[in-house]
Amino acid sequence: MERTVRLKIRRQDAADKPETRRWEEFSVPWQPQMNVISALMHIQRNPVTADGTTVAPIVWEMSCLEEVCGACTMLVNGRVRQSCTALVDQIAPGGEVITLEPMTKFPLVRDLVVDRSRMFEDLKRVKAWVNLDGSHELGPGPRQSQENQEEAYPLSRCMTCGCCLEACPQVNPRSTFIGPAAINQVRLFNLHPSGKMHAAERLEALMDEGGVDGCGKAQNCVEVCPKEIPLVDSIAQVSRQTTKHMLFGWLLK
Amino acid sequence: MAQKSVTYSDSGKVRRVIVVGGGLAGLTTVIKLCEAGVAVDLFSLVPVKRSHSVCAQGGINASVNTKGEGDSPQVHLEETVYGGDFLANQSPVKGMADAAPGIVFMLDRMGVPFNRTPEGLLDFRRFGGTLFHRTAFAGATTGQQLLYALDEQVRRYETLEVEDDKGVVIRGERMVRKFEFWDFLSVVQDDGGIVRGIVAQDLKSMQVRAFPGDCVCLATGGPGIIFGRSTNSVINTGTAASAVYQQGACYANGEFIQVHPTAIPGADKLRLISESVRGEGGRVWVPRDPKEGRAGAEVPEGDRDYFLEEKYPGYGNLVPRDIASRELFKKCFHEKRGVYNPKSSKNENEVYLDVSHLPADMLKKKLAGVLETYEKFVGEDPYTSPMRVFPAVHYSMGGLWVDFERTSDGSLVKGSPRNQATNLEGLYAAGECDYQYHGANRLGANSLLSCIYAGLVTGPAMASYRKNVARSAWDFPASLFEKAEKRERAKYESILKMNGDENPYVLHEELGRTMLEGCTVERHNDELTKVIAKIDELSERAKKIGVTDTSSRANQGAQFVRHLNNMLVVARVIAQGANNRDESRGAHFKPAFKERDDKNWLRSTLALHAGGDGASLPTVTYVRALDYSLCGKAIHATDDVDISLVKPRARRYEQAGAASTVAVAKPSVPAAKAGATKGESSQSAE
Repeated sequence: MERTVRLKIRRQDAADKPETRRWEEFSVPWQPQMNVISALMHIQRNPVTADGTTVAPIVWEMSCLEEVCGACTMLVNGRVRQSCTALVDQIAPGGEVITLEPMTKFPLVRDLVVDRSRMFEDLKRVKAWVNLDGSHELGPGPRQSQENQEEAYPLSRCMTCGCCLEACPQVNPRSTFIGPAAINQVRLFNLHPSGKMHAAERLEALMDEGGVDGCGKAQNCVEVCPKEIPLVDSIAQVSRQTTKHMLFGWLLK
Repeated sequence: MAQKSVTYSDSGKVRRVIVVGGGLAGLTTVIKLCEAGVAVDLFSLVPVKRSHSVCAQGGINASVNTKGEGDSPQVHLEETVYGGDFLANQSPVKGMADAAPGIVFMLDRMGVPFNRTPEGLLDFRRFGGTLFHRTAFAGATTGQQLLYALDEQVRRYETLEVEDDKGVVIRGERMVRKFEFWDFLSVVQDDGGIVRGIVAQDLKSMQVRAFPGDCVCLATGGPGIIFGRSTNSVINTGTAASAVYQQGACYANGEFIQVHPTAIPGADKLRLISESVRGEGGRVWVPRDPKEGRAGAEVPEGDRDYFLEEKYPGYGNLVPRDIASRELFKKCFHEKRGVYNPKSSKNENEVYLDVSHLPADMLKKKLAGVLETYEKFVGEDPYTSPMRVFPAVHYSMGGLWVDFERTSDGSLVKGSPRNQATNLEGLYAAGECDYQYHGANRLGANSLLSCIYAGLVTGPAMASYRKNVARSAWDFPASLFEKAEKRERAKYESILKMNGDENPYVLHEELGRTMLEGCTVERHNDELTKVIAKIDELSERAKKIGVTDTSSRANQGAQFVRHLNNMLVVARVIAQGANNRDESRGAHFKPAFKERDDKNWLRSTLALHAGGDGASLPTVTYVRALDYSLCGKAIHATDDVDISLVKPRARRYEQAGAASTVAVAKPSVPAAKAGATKGESSQSAE
């Protein structure tokens, strides 16, 4: 018998059409090294549900398909992750039904697509950049030790995918907590030899409502981060930095 | 615009320019424009942080010569031109090679976590087509790190306010406005054909809208998705470049498509295994026995055929990509010596790429990102067993034709409005979507460099164009934009009404298969004729698509129909260009015409669009010269290649150091077998 892959997909036509919220089930032929994306692509070519109804193809976000862009994040079997690395043989080795749902902590756009723009706004709030004098030639940058690079590099691999926000219990409609991703960026830029010249501004942005104090230490973020960024360490470090800044920052002014 | 404000129009709107595409080239262009005080509207299909530049792994070239090897921008220029089989215009390449060290320093200042030497300097590794350590890198996710650094700088400009001519801040008007999840549809041209803005579609609300812009830059990447599965992101359909080509922009050297030798075959994508893996000592081999039944790791040294090292003793595994891909192709297709699969009793189209002899700790520091990709998608551990790889379509050397203004000593005139200008006045192009820097074959780690360099050149070019343009787009009547908007809206609505029985994704799959089989590593004229006939067939069938999704929200299906039509148009440019060019040069290889033919073909292919209205299928017109105007000046350009700096000669990668004649002192390259001692390979050349 031909091996098939079964999917159960949460759909909704638009945020303001809650009445269209539904599950649809699909059955697609298995292929070697198949991932969730190739199953969804198969549905695009043949948008027919398991019970034979022709429907609109599933709407989802994707781009790089190698887990560096962060676009295809969704809930796969209830767990937040990139769907490109969700290999069918690993998540449903016995032919179990695979469920796909949109992330819940961001406004829904359609089907599996949500609007993650708040994460980019948060990066503005914490001033996640080096204050460059200009792009003209100014010679080599500051020297950095290998240790410094080895600390910074893993932090800088954050794809702004939103897994950590999705998994964080403190990120919810009743809270303004900024979430781990932006805090990690503060650690990253406060580590850079010229970035740290503006460390105070970043820390102050996190001392307000919704800042680093919002962390409830559930440590879910570090569990779900696809790039294994030490988010709990980052929050702890930035928290220490803000405390120090609060106590002694005025001395430096 | 003598009395008028240069910052805002009579109706009080800030005069902006438009950049489409938020990868390395687009973001660099934006930064340069902002530094020149020009406000920008930035459009992107995806949030710019998810642009395809993130996929670049290995690094960025710059002849900083920190290893005492005697490297210099001159050598970089020569090797790039030689690697490109002399089809690249040499003055822009010189500009790029000269600027490269400054570019890497700028990125370092922006905070890119480049790998370091023990002394705290930037570390450099080897890449294809050179014997020098010239490639700066941040682990094996360099593209991602570079993109993020530029994205951060642009985000800063999103928070900064525009200042008027007297330096007074205009409240609420930011230097950069981002339009993410917007699809480029076309440029807006006035009666004289000058570009005055764009029409784009919001991919969430599906609203079609025209935007004025004093000039426009496309930095929209390559067209890899035309080949179905490739190393490209799914957004790389080349739709924007195709759209402006259909509006009259010239497309150059389309037939030059780079096939990368090492990728992981997959059902949805062919994932790249970076050249840096070989740069750090990875070795390509197949078992000597074509029916070798043992697993890769079990095959002893003596039973392995390191075919690249044997044939190319100097460059070894780091011969340029066109050559390596052909060798791999030959092993698998002609000699049937791909890795044997005892289960299927077949020689698979795969060769081994091995790093298991290298120290795990070095691999983790320098290559973790890419090895992790292999592990995640294949489920095998590359630290202990050799990876299995095969070539995949990777990069387009061709793209929109762009001009340049040359200095007397053979570089680019800084700030000339001709640099990176297409033949549509007011339209610029930068990055993979232009054709400028790589000739017939791109060297590894030159793409990130060419994207950023093109951006550094395009920004000032646009700023000076804007100064010289006789009339600002913001002084045109609204009717110009309404008309364009109406035209595009009608096109979109006609897609929604399509009720045939063809599925656009199925047509795309067929297009990809056709292009992959007939128009990649080895090209034959009889097959190319069939490819072109198939493109015709698909274009006819594309008129009978049925759109099952008529929703007014995030309608990806209808958007894809548009992209498919645009892909079909560029596919024809690629296939027909390949059919015409009866020679072999760089990535373009015809077994029936094995030699490079400088007498007839040392020239750029210039394609112009014709037909395609109503019932007729589009056709391509190839021209030998282009006439266009810029700021009131008539400019005549031909298909001659600028070979003013390095005289063309035959490529001989069998000889170590052949790629550069000025590099008198050659770095002593450790034999690949001594790969385990990598990292101490920076011996002095003298």
